[in-house]
Amino acid sequence: MFKRLAEAGASVAITVDGKQVAARAGDTVAAALIAAGIAHCRTTPVSGAPRAPYCLMGVCFECLVTIDGVGSRQGCLVPVRDGMAVETQTGKREAGR
Amino acid sequence: MTKASDLASSYELVVIGGGPAGLAAAALAARAGLSTVLFDENPGVGGQIYRAITSSPVKDRAVLGEDYWTGAELAVEAKASGALIVTGATVWSLDPTRLVGISIAGQARLIQADRVIVATGSLERPFPIPGWTLPGVMSAGGAQTALKAQGLVPSGRTVLAGGGPLLWLLAAQILRAGGKLDAILDTTPRVNWLRALAHLPDFVLSPYFSKGLKLLREVRAKVRVIRTDRVEAVGDDRLREVVFGTGDGERRMPADLLLLHQGVVPNVNLAIAAGVTHAWNERQLCFEPVLDGDFTSSVPGIAIAGDGAGIAGGTAAAERGRIAAIAAVRALKPAASAPDVQIIRQKLRREEMGRAFLDWLNRPADSFRQPTGDTIVCRCEEVTARQVRDTADMGCEGPNQMKAFLRCGMGPCQGRLCGLTVTELIAAQRGTTPVEVGYYRLRPPVKPITLAELASLPIAEAERKAVER
Repeated sequence: MFKRLAEAGASVAITVDGKQVAARAGDTVAAALIAAGIAHCRTTPVSGAPRAPYCLMGVCFECLVTIDGVGSRQGCLVPVRDGMAVETQTGKREAGR
Repeated sequence: MTKASDLASSYELVVIGGGPAGLAAAALAARAGLSTVLFDENPGVGGQIYRAITSSPVKDRAVLGEDYWTGAELAVEAKASGALIVTGATVWSLDPTRLVGISIAGQARLIQADRVIVATGSLERPFPIPGWTLPGVMSAGGAQTALKAQGLVPSGRTVLAGGGPLLWLLAAQILRAGGKLDAILDTTPRVNWLRALAHLPDFVLSPYFSKGLKLLREVRAKVRVIRTDRVEAVGDDRLREVVFGTGDGERRMPADLLLLHQGVVPNVNLAIAAGVTHAWNERQLCFEPVLDGDFTSSVPGIAIAGDGAGIAGGTAAAERGRIAAIAAVRALKPAASAPDVQIIRQKLRREEMGRAFLDWLNRPADSFRQPTGDTIVCRCEEVTARQVRDTADMGCEGPNQMKAFLRCGMGPCQGRLCGLTVTELIAAQRGTTPVEVGYYRLRPPVKPITLAELASLPIAEAERKAVER
């Protein structure tokens, strides 16, 4: 869906659901997911429908992901860091966790 | 990096939001000698219009345009002013006594302010069309943020839909960055010209006139623009095609990315939670705070500057921030020197001149604001237009009662993406006005915080004793 302009910054190694993803300095978690072509970052608690980042400015809460063990963080507000572990969220299944 | 524990327990001025209004306000106030702190929840200052102004990887200045780069000056001024600027800082509470709840890297604090300038700006108006929750559908503002902050350009089959200045600006920026757009679906009703025309002379004199014309020409030369009154995003697990109405039927266009935009509206959550009185703006079709000439709200000591005060654009936002800051300086340090407010008011008037024309011309059609059938209104709780309309028919009079029936507005976004739609749907269904229907009652925390963050609040001995037995 998106490609990076050549000017993008130094690489930062994060994992998404345990897989290595090459992010860049200056990425937020949500931007890194989009750049990596990850189609959706969570499923909804109501119907289990897939959702992906929508507004990238902290208002829509669609980019909720688990970051370093803390659930439902707004991925668009958190800068990536080397070694960061990101997990996508499955709404319905995690409701009872 | 400033930590929560580094903050003082009180400041003369707390500015919330680091866009043009917040940066200009903090710079002016700090220079006049007020102890000033500015909080912004994003990784850097600039707000949305000057997003990533100090860190953007897009080095070719022509891509984002010179108007974007003017924001750099605001950031430099604010930094040099002596104001403490804290990014990655989420304000989750503001009360009428001007106690500000803030969280930085998992640590919370309550900060007392003599004056507060809320500069939380705007957000994009909800665009509830069928399929707008599908992965592959994003707001145009989101795509612009990805371009400014990360240098991400849409690739694959991309369609823009909607109307308003930002849509055309984004189209131009994507094209300049080497991106390709398959089509722009212009949803602005032609009939808008009737109301807009009377305001054309003012618009011609405003700075937006020549910029706007140039932008339209630049985009239209390269992209197919199709007028439509109906847009649908279709797909299973993600967007597959965009379906839109044409004069004699409908067309289907395969697409990987659909970017939606139909203008911006004030981001009211923090101000409403602080108890600030809001009123309905019929021209801009949104709620906005009731303010005096210095942008002071109904709550003493709390001012609202920038697009949060009513939509007027980035350059106007900076002037509004300065006016609000001068009022704070006058109130707290009457002897301090501050710039001449009359000159700033004149500049602001010039910036606001073209607004009536732009508002009337780009006013979104009813059908794009008041959806029907299975179209999702509340994205968080997956509440449909039919459910909201049926519940209004049953006798539900307002959005707060609607929560009890449907949970709309009660998910994590706290009504930011459905509030206006729910108000307008109830009004339409009950044959009344948005003023009568009102808006969601909003309370702190306006952003979710963890229990650990709450527990991290410093506790005084007396407070601990008060609850011990």
